[in-house]
Amino acid sequence: MVEILADRESVSPLQPDRPNRKRPVSRDGVIDLVGAAVASLAAVWLVLSLAGVKFGFGYVFCWAVVSYALYGVLVWRRDGVLIMKERLATVSIWTGGVIALVALLGVVAYVVAKGFPEVYDSFPQFLVNDTTGGKSGVAFGVGPAIVGTLEQVGIAALISIPIAFLTATYIVESRSTLARLVQNTVDAMTGTPSIIAGLFIYILWVYPHGVNGRSGFVAAITLSVMMIPVTCRAALEVIRVVPGSLREAALAIGAPQWRVALRIVLPTARAGLITAAILGVARTAGETAEVLFTAGGGPHYNWNPFHGEQDDLPLRIYEQVFQPSAKAISVGWGAAFVLMTLVLTLFILARLLGRGGSRRSFSLWGFITSWRRSPPVSE
Amino acid sequence: MADPESVDETPLVLKHSLTGPDRVFRVLLATSGAIVFVVLISILAFLAYKGWWALTNSLRLHFFTGTVWSTPLHPGVLGILVGSVLIALIAITVALPIALSIALMINEYAPVRLRGWLTGLVDLLAVIPSIVFGFWGLEALNVYVRAPVTWIAEHLGFIPIFRTTEPGNYSDSVFICGLIVAIMIIPVVASVSREVMAQAPRDAVEAAYGLGGTRWGSITDVILPFSRNGIVGGTLLGISRALGETMAVVLVLSNNNQVSKAILGPGNGDIAKQIADTFPVSDIHGQSELALAGLTLFATTLVFSLGGRLVARRSVGQS
Repeated sequence: MVEILADRESVSPLQPDRPNRKRPVSRDGVIDLVGAAVASLAAVWLVLSLAGVKFGFGYVFCWAVVSYALYGVLVWRRDGVLIMKERLATVSIWTGGVIALVALLGVVAYVVAKGFPEVYDSFPQFLVNDTTGGKSGVAFGVGPAIVGTLEQVGIAALISIPIAFLTATYIVESRSTLARLVQNTVDAMTGTPSIIAGLFIYILWVYPHGVNGRSGFVAAITLSVMMIPVTCRAALEVIRVVPGSLREAALAIGAPQWRVALRIVLPTARAGLITAAILGVARTAGETAEVLFTAGGGPHYNWNPFHGEQDDLPLRIYEQVFQPSAKAISVGWGAAFVLMTLVLTLFILARLLGRGGSRRSFSLWGFITSWRRSPPVSE
Repeated sequence: MADPESVDETPLVLKHSLTGPDRVFRVLLATSGAIVFVVLISILAFLAYKGWWALTNSLRLHFFTGTVWSTPLHPGVLGILVGSVLIALIAITVALPIALSIALMINEYAPVRLRGWLTGLVDLLAVIPSIVFGFWGLEALNVYVRAPVTWIAEHLGFIPIFRTTEPGNYSDSVFICGLIVAIMIIPVVASVSREVMAQAPRDAVEAAYGLGGTRWGSITDVILPFSRNGIVGGTLLGISRALGETMAVVLVLSNNNQVSKAILGPGNGDIAKQIADTFPVSDIHGQSELALAGLTLFATTLVFSLGGRLVARRSVGQS
């Protein structure tokens, strides 16, 4: 019931009554734009060729500026200032949006193009071998880094998620001064520079313990410094939207506070909480500066997170970047591809679970978890 | 107060005090909240403890006014703080208009069917690890932007901020770092401002259309004024993210440690980079100086992120 209500709110209120929208693209508009572009291309080409400028970035830049101006003048002379502003704004916004998407997707595409062949060419070995190159000296892999990342992020999640959820519950359920202080603390800590978190644990633990100070567990603690506030903030958002009426109904029939929080509030928000947890994990899995001082790295397998230096994926990338050989760099791209795949998969999983829980509340996930939720009234 | 004896049914006695399990639960909640608070305080405390030597013994005021970070004698934090601030400024200058464009594009211009997808895509791009952006910046962007940057330096050099001291040397600059960080924070700023803009009252937007307003008019007169606080909040968040960004800067920025006005050329250091590069290999005094620099950086980002949240929260309160 709650899920349905929450869902309806998220849908744009525009949809039901289909208001009269101005048509975004008219034929005249397209003709204007193309005409302005062609005319200014010709003009810029003529002027710059006469001036003896070589073809390059300058041409494109001048062409973009001149065609923008020309388009503006064209519309202004015919339709007036108001329409000119409207058209120029439309062009600007689409340009900006498309530039942003192209740049961001370009980064993803670049990593895939560089890293995927590396992983694919030596498929299972790349994920299994260690980074010493083996006996032949060429069979590089990122196995130790994958093990390290999974263990460190896993431990960090075990530490952070309960603390983050309890803290979020505390902030929402308690009205005390401390709760407000904690909320501000969480807000402040989401902006903690990751290098500062690494530095903190380094000063606190690694430096006093010397050579043995670094391990996977210490790195996990460092990641928790980041993961707790990120998860907590996301959890806050979803716990807040749990309707107060549910809470009050439970309290009114005599349920104690802890039961209201654990049996009513958290289960109601469970889809969002799962999303929050996975998002926190995804955000921290790629943190490099934090593990730089604390994990230690190294090309060999170390399965024990509590003792000895341990590699992980971000650190592996960082170490590969500074190596001189081209092969080492491309191993770095392979590691970057594996890391990005891991993070994006986690993100998509978070989205699917979050959505699955809220739209179809009796989905597979609801079925799995339903045996734990007895109706509150029967207590 | 009615006498309990005079009625048949015993009235329910409402007690204000908590039951036992409730007390335990409250303590549990408060403890976890306190842990978060203690972590923040101890970060500040340990940095201050480590930086105490630098603050008292070596330099005092010079630490905060000196413009060259030269260890071990006279490090001035400005030598590396200015670089961090410049990178953040360039990043937000580039990112803000583009982030607002993409937010408006998703909310107002894109076909309704695409909106959910685009929103998800922008959020997804926000989780790409910074080391990946840094690697890409080092290998790809550093090469791609050489031609445009050279062109800007040669033809727009008359504008003071584009002036350079070393013609021909344009890679590994603060400007390129700023561009990479800009690309990294675009999803963050866009996501926050898109959410706020989506909360703008639809009936007011429709009213603007009904009065014959253009779409741009409804944006400037309804949506932007309504979501002003949210946008400011998102911007401050973006700045704090950009200030603390480490890996992209470590990988790309050249090694420098003094203030330079030429953003296109090498010059200017960065606190996060300086710590990442030199902290483990510094002696105890060098570490103290770096810890103090780290504290300066942390304090700066705290101001921005806290300010951003406060401003953004005020806008939610208004709605």
